[in-house]
Amino acid sequence: MLLSILQYQFIQNAIIASIFASIVCGIIGVIIVEKKLVMMSGGIAHTSYGGVGLGYFLGFEPIIGAFLISMLAALGICFIKRRGGTRSDVVIGLFWSLGMALGILFIALMPGYPPDLSSYLFGSILSVTRADLYLMAGVTLIVVLVISILFHYWKAYMFDEEFAYLLGIKTAWLEYLLFILIAMSVVVLIRVVGIILVLALFTAPPAIAERLTKSLKLRMIFSVMIGSVFCLMGLFASYIINIASGAVIVILAASVYLMVYIVTSVKKSMRIKKSC
Amino acid sequence: MNALNHTDHNKAVCIENLMVKYNETPVISGVSLNVESGDYLGIIGPNGGGKTTLLKAIIGLIPYASGNITVYGKKPGKLGRLISYVPQMTTLERTFPITVSEVVLTGTLNAAFKPFHQYTKSDKEKADELLHTVGIYKLKERMISELSGGEFQKMLIARALAVNPKLMLLDEPTASVDANARDQIFSLLNELNRHMTIILVTHDLSAVSSHVKTLACLNGKLVYHGVTELNEAVVNALYGCPIDLIAHGVPHRVLKMHEESE
Ligand SMILES: Nc1ncnc2c1ncn2[C@@H]1O[C@H](COP(=O)(O)OP(=O)(O)OP(=O)(O)O)[C@@H](O)[C@H]1O
Ligand SMILES: [Mg+2]
Repeated sequence: MLLSILQYQFIQNAIIASIFASIVCGIIGVIIVEKKLVMMSGGIAHTSYGGVGLGYFLGFEPIIGAFLISMLAALGICFIKRRGGTRSDVVIGLFWSLGMALGILFIALMPGYPPDLSSYLFGSILSVTRADLYLMAGVTLIVVLVISILFHYWKAYMFDEEFAYLLGIKTAWLEYLLFILIAMSVVVLIRVVGIILVLALFTAPPAIAERLTKSLKLRMIFSVMIGSVFCLMGLFASYIINIASGAVIVILAASVYLMVYIVTSVKKSMRIKKSC
Repeated sequence: MNALNHTDHNKAVCIENLMVKYNETPVISGVSLNVESGDYLGIIGPNGGGKTTLLKAIIGLIPYASGNITVYGKKPGKLGRLISYVPQMTTLERTFPITVSEVVLTGTLNAAFKPFHQYTKSDKEKADELLHTVGIYKLKERMISELSGGEFQKMLIARALAVNPKLMLLDEPTASVDANARDQIFSLLNELNRHMTIILVTHDLSAVSSHVKTLACLNGKLVYHGVTELNEAVVNALYGCPIDLIAHGVPHRVLKMHEESE
């Protein structure tokens, strides 16, 4: 039965899209989880919704709007973070909801029949086009290259930013670059997997990988593999029970994380009991 | 030795009338302090006295509101590899997935990005040697999450040394370290001081009296700077109340308590 599904072009596209999404999210996800930037990445992702609305309102491709707005949000959030102090989490929370609100406002003001925006929230992985795939391939390549070209510098920056600065490494530049990569990943992925799935793929695979390996590089590789497995299983399940793939994938990711969490915690407490 | 150098260049650090603010609140102000090349300066002061802030201003990690800092005649932030730093351990993520030797190797990274940078054989030999120096070579493949507090501190010192600095700043390197490791760290610092200038922030007053050459006491402003001899007046100004002080070489000589309050 599995094989017969694989003949369909849209299923093939969906599988390739899942793998690209998992690569991007696995690599960037490990960094944002370690650097505690999940909230900020969520801010960028949700703010991009305003860009989607803007695109519909002004009549250009919504994904371009999402791109522009999320770049602005990324640079703004990075700037606020670097300024520090003034309750950056509050400002990011505001960005987050303002972006969504603007999206809704623009759509409401838009003449004519309102488009279905749920595909931007949950994605429509089964309607990925060839052009989407090329775009995703491009971004995946950029992310993989930028991270691996500067891998040791990223590591030094992630472990101790201040020491990296002392060495003369341009940490501000690295940080802005990271935020731009986050924004790029978000934009390319929301069309296919949706804002909500992007966040799930940013967090769940790295969080599970964290419990399986202690090396940063392996953590990234494991995250990519775990993400791919979630996506493929989710796709398959959604095909069979006919539910939005994004939702199935998120539910799968969250329940596996919970299970791994419980199992490793129980193991740990058993080890503690044994050693007593 | 070139004694004809411009005087400023013989000074490791020159600080004039420095003021540093966080969100408009001055944390340290009116600090003027010169550190001679070859000095071993101890900085003491209460929690929140601005010790870490002063070190960060010297490195250029935080901007200063007014005054002036030069390090070997150069401005903070443009120091190249003149200066190195052992941060206060509490500020670092102890669970980050990285091994001990990788941490030390980051000290060899150069400022300019080199695409696909790999550490060279000589980088690795240097890291090994430094791990021997601080006495944790056998832990080199460990993840940092599996280190004790003292081992972690020694790793940070090895990383700082990998920079090959002329001036080394250490922020409480003996906090949460047992007596044995503490003695090892202090004798290492004595050894290092033969060819580098050291600025050490510590709460360990007995170490201050037996190891450092000069002393600065910081409580928002510079309360004292000079030879390592603490007297009651200075300690009162510094901590606001008399404290037990184990002074200079004489074990457990506690300063006299005095009753009046300010
Ligand atoms: N990032 C920051 N934002 C705002 N205020 C800060 C910041 N960092 C430090 N402070 C404040 O500046 C003052 C001095 O802090 P600093 O860390 O320099 O003290 P310290 O002398 O190193 O103390 P400790 O002995 O506890 O390490 C403190 O009152 C602290 O609350
Ligand atoms: Mg401090």
